[in-house]
Amino acid sequence: MTPACPLQLNDHGRLRHFLSLDGLPRELLTEILDTADSFLEVGARAVKKVPLMRGMTVCNVFFENSTRTRTTFELAAKRLSADVITLNVSTSSTSKGETLTDTLRTLEAMAADMFVMRHADSGAAHFVAEHVSPNVAIINGGDGRHAHPTQGMLDMLTIRRHKGDFSQLKVAIVGDILHSRVARSNMIALKTLGCPDIRVIAPKTLLPIGLEQYGVNVYHNIDQGLKDVDVIIMLRLQRERMRSGLLPSESEFYRLFGLSEQRLALAHPEAIVMHPGPINRGVEIDSSVADSPRAMILNQVTYGIAVRMAVLSMTMSGQNEQRHLDAEKAMQQEAR
Amino acid sequence: MRIQISGARLLDPASQLDQVCDIFIEGGKIAALGDKPAGFSVEQLIEARDLIAVPGLVDINASLREPGYGRKGNIASETRAAAAGGVTSLCCTPFTKPVLDTPAVAELILDQARDHGAARVYPLGAFTQGLAGDNLAELVTLRDAGCVAFTNGLVPFASNRLLRHALEYAATFDLTVIFQPQDPELAEGGIAHEGAAASFRGLSGIPETAETVALSRDLLLVEQSGVRAHFSQITTARGAKLIAKAQQRGLPVTADVAMYQLILTDEALLDFSSLYHVQPPLRSLADREGLRQAVRDGVISAIASHHQPHEADAKQDPFAATEPGISSIELMLPLAMSLVQEGVLDLPSAIQRLTSGPAQAMRLNAGSLSVGARADLVLFDSNGQTLVGDNWQSKGSNCPFIGHCLPGRVRYTMLNGRISFKQG
Repeated sequence: MTPACPLQLNDHGRLRHFLSLDGLPRELLTEILDTADSFLEVGARAVKKVPLMRGMTVCNVFFENSTRTRTTFELAAKRLSADVITLNVSTSSTSKGETLTDTLRTLEAMAADMFVMRHADSGAAHFVAEHVSPNVAIINGGDGRHAHPTQGMLDMLTIRRHKGDFSQLKVAIVGDILHSRVARSNMIALKTLGCPDIRVIAPKTLLPIGLEQYGVNVYHNIDQGLKDVDVIIMLRLQRERMRSGLLPSESEFYRLFGLSEQRLALAHPEAIVMHPGPINRGVEIDSSVADSPRAMILNQVTYGIAVRMAVLSMTMSGQNEQRHLDAEKAMQQEAR
Repeated sequence: MRIQISGARLLDPASQLDQVCDIFIEGGKIAALGDKPAGFSVEQLIEARDLIAVPGLVDINASLREPGYGRKGNIASETRAAAAGGVTSLCCTPFTKPVLDTPAVAELILDQARDHGAARVYPLGAFTQGLAGDNLAELVTLRDAGCVAFTNGLVPFASNRLLRHALEYAATFDLTVIFQPQDPELAEGGIAHEGAAASFRGLSGIPETAETVALSRDLLLVEQSGVRAHFSQITTARGAKLIAKAQQRGLPVTADVAMYQLILTDEALLDFSSLYHVQPPLRSLADREGLRQAVRDGVISAIASHHQPHEADAKQDPFAATEPGISSIELMLPLAMSLVQEGVLDLPSAIQRLTSGPAQAMRLNAGSLSVGARADLVLFDSNGQTLVGDNWQSKGSNCPFIGHCLPGRVRYTMLNGRISFKQG
């Protein structure tokens, strides 16, 4: 569908940035999940730290508001023993007219080793990795509608831990696919990991054009779409969708696409329910479902820390490896 | 200066000439083709064996950025770029600062072009004051100051009623109006063609209907008003079909396409490179096919550069935050040759769409090499190559072809019988 993105891989095919799941091979995704599994044990210990990133500085640079993503990234970096600073740039330098490039170069000058970045523009993380700070590891914490790859991976970890083998699963993604970077990352991850039946359920106004290219099955009727599925991923519906005429009202959306107990009963009896949060009770999901033991919403948060630890440590080691490779290359060239 | 160009293959679609013959130039005009006129003493001989001589290219849409945007370009730099691309006549857009909506700005541009220009410059006037879309600019006064046609660019009229009146006023005086059809509401918030490539990258889309809805409305108003209309920068296959149907109905409408739209598609968005951020956007492969067919059929009779040079900062941001446009005028001939090499167009058709086609659309006295015509011409080596970026003339290096090797090499560009560009 698309070429591998060599920008985020080093010369040995290891991660040096983490920008998108697009183009990453299945083995790499599986390795992230395996590594995250091992970090889950760390989170269960009394002393929750490992020294993998001791002496490294991680900058969380959030050009868009976030609570859970920012906090779990912070915790992940701290559990890896890194020094962490967090900037809410939306409220600081850009309002003084500083460009994205200048903000990041300033942080780079403070010898940051890694940026975790969230930005409202699709492609912002690619732009930074390519043009601004190629020698700093860039982790995409969400860029516009494009990608939210750590959320994608934590969703995959949730599914693997609770449902096992992807090759046997039916997974439904319900709601505002059009504006969702989570949906895009999930569709790519599920496809790469071999999920045979990926369903997206939404009205036409909330579906991106050309969705078939992701290899998914589109449903406009949730009762048909949920039939026998093993996993249901609900997406958050934002209020502004009503204002732009994509939907008449929250209540009609709930009536047509909301996840109630009756609808959940159409799925496989052991189906799990996921949601990237924050949830809108009574808009996309009923409280009784959100609070039921089938809901994985809080497990997702816990797994999110482990997945982010895996991504941070793997990317850092790939970035360091590339630095050595570049230094070797430079020495060889000098010798010649 | 009396010049003899010796041994070139002369290709002039307007006069249906395609033969090896000598060209004699005197007083800036073509004095003779073939045999040397009696008493013609050659002062300069240009040996042009193995080169092709065609009329100087006519580019009916280029932004020169002067006055007002000196960081992006100026008349001297961008007409030099034009000459390097084989262009001898160009229409410059009114999107300057101040906007070209008064005779003073037109005169300023024409003065600069006369003193520092390496190409003939024909200004396009703003259709409305300040390009605001409500009050008409002084169209006849602007025409008298040298404006050859009028455009509001992508800025919409405040209402269909105002647009209708504007067209009727222009029709009264037989002025040419230029439409860039794009419905602002359907396009709102969009930065890329609404299709799989943009969806996949999370870039918000501009649907095909943004063009076709506006175009349909415009064609109906053109028909009603009887105005002479040109549709600029058509990007969709369906849009080209609408133009074809209107022409079949007998409407006097012409159309152009941006050269880069015939080459690039929305597949180029895959790595978010802002060099491919243009407005209207790069469309799908099927659209490109439709545009190529329309150019072959002559429905689209002109290929224009839609040259938009930018300073480096304008492209240094995530895709959506960058300014749209490609600096392309100096590649007009090599890009045309790449279409010929790919079999999209035969050489005479390609040259026609770059010379007499656009000249007729804007009613310019240009684009032909008949005896008595101005000696505006290009000599190029069809077997040579152009390494893009080498000896780059435009102030804007926002060009995705930089670093590529394109077929064809401009050797001489002549304006009024004087060499305006030359390379080995």
